[in-house]
Amino acid sequence: MSVVVVGAGPAGVRAVERLVNGGQRPAWIDEAPDGGGRVFQKPPPGFARRGAALYGEDAGRAHSLHAALEALKPRTDWRPGTLVWNLRPGPRLLDLQGDAGHSTLAYDQLILCTGAMDRVVPIPGWTQPGVTSLGAAQIALKTQGLAMGRRVALCGTGPLLLLLAWQLTKAGAAPALVLDSTPWATTLRAAPGLARNPLMALRGLGWLARLTVRTGAVPLRIEPGCTGLVWRDGRGEHRTEVDAVALGWGLKPETQLADLAGVPFAFDPLQRLWLPERDAAGRTAVPGVFLAGDGASVGGSVMAELGGARAALVVLGDTGAEAARLDRAIAREARFRTALERAYPYPHALAAAMPDDTLLCRCEAITAADLRASVAPDINRGKALTRVGMGRCQGRLCGPPAAEVLAAALGCDIAEVGRLRGQMPVKPVPMA
Amino acid sequence: MTVVRLLDQDRPMLHFTLDGGPAEARQGDTVLTALLTLGTTVRTSEFGDGPRAGFCWMGACQDCFLLVDGVAARACGTLVAAGMSVVRR
Ligand code: FES
Repeated sequence: MSVVVVGAGPAGVRAVERLVNGGQRPAWIDEAPDGGGRVFQKPPPGFARRGAALYGEDAGRAHSLHAALEALKPRTDWRPGTLVWNLRPGPRLLDLQGDAGHSTLAYDQLILCTGAMDRVVPIPGWTQPGVTSLGAAQIALKTQGLAMGRRVALCGTGPLLLLLAWQLTKAGAAPALVLDSTPWATTLRAAPGLARNPLMALRGLGWLARLTVRTGAVPLRIEPGCTGLVWRDGRGEHRTEVDAVALGWGLKPETQLADLAGVPFAFDPLQRLWLPERDAAGRTAVPGVFLAGDGASVGGSVMAELGGARAALVVLGDTGAEAARLDRAIAREARFRTALERAYPYPHALAAAMPDDTLLCRCEAITAADLRASVAPDINRGKALTRVGMGRCQGRLCGPPAAEVLAAALGCDIAEVGRLRGQMPVKPVPMA
Repeated sequence: MTVVRLLDQDRPMLHFTLDGGPAEARQGDTVLTALLTLGTTVRTSEFGDGPRAGFCWMGACQDCFLLVDGVAARACGTLVAAGMSVVRR
């Protein structure tokens, strides 16, 4: 049996750990030069910070994950710096691009742990230098020791917004402005659910108490040259002088390989996203293809570790006590996640109402007006007519907001406009 | 934009070339970090909407493409090496 694990973040590491313990020697692929994923990404060689200076209260978990990663590398066919740019479900083949060029890899069983990226709402001015995702601003701080500017505005919602604001403050670069699109009342309504995971909830409140966060506040436009941010809250419109802006309304899974594998997708009304269908153990309708971690549905790093381990047990045919224990932990974590989604919803009305001149698709410079004028009956027709989502990022950034814009223009439910289908190559590859 | 070197910046200097001219970075800098701390951008939009400098820093948005030693590469995922040639687009 040839087993392949794609991704070496929290889900991938724990999947490989169980597989190796079960006597397998999987092929293990990550696009980055080293494992760890995004949450536990390590700075390149030469940086001095370690432990809590990088990972805060998660330093213990980071250490444990990195130790497992190092121990597992020699016991697998470890292939860092390798992109899976295509998946052929018929012959069960992956097309890879690495330092040594192109190659193919066969699989019988495949666990996809492809992670997530920021989910954004495009606003006028967002394509300018100085404007990044929240995730980018966190990666810059963690792995490069950088602040994006001297007057940084953080805009979005969810745990990452608060965590990054806190991390920057601790590093001596407190943000000039923090805008949380979610009104306090919404967050509080979800609070009982959050209390199911007291550690996370307490941490959230602890950070909040020491930060000035404007809630129910959204960015409207970034001025030319990224010198000012115009924003709105319940009291009206305001302008704040900035030199950098970071945007992020939660995360969305990287589902391109699951899509190529032929895994069916279903619309999740809570997240307002199309997600690959899988059961709690990571099984999909496609034999031999399993999903775990944020790449299946954003659940955070604790859920990712549980999901990776659980999927590996399925691959091993292990139905023992550990599987049952993991199932209970996953169910608990899933309830917490539902509460978190309710506490920090994607501001779909803001996306749907984006001004006509907003560059909705930054790859192809397509405006919201272009998509509205297309009156396409669904998002794939919209793509064909306007090129929205046809660029280099394949709609990773513009997909969800484009669906909101189109659904609002058509006056229909967002689920009715469908989803942008994935295509190979899932990322641009230099063709040798 | 002015990206600020905040923490952990005591690293050896590296020399590389940017659009044919001499430029400096620190060991461990990505090409994106090097360019942004030099106060410059990555590329000019082919659609006339001005300069671009990446967005996601994680290899997803593909907005930081340039040429590294003659090959198309993402600035956010490439570490600067001594003597490297970086050409913006
Ligand atoms: S900044 Fe997005 S791919 Fe490099």
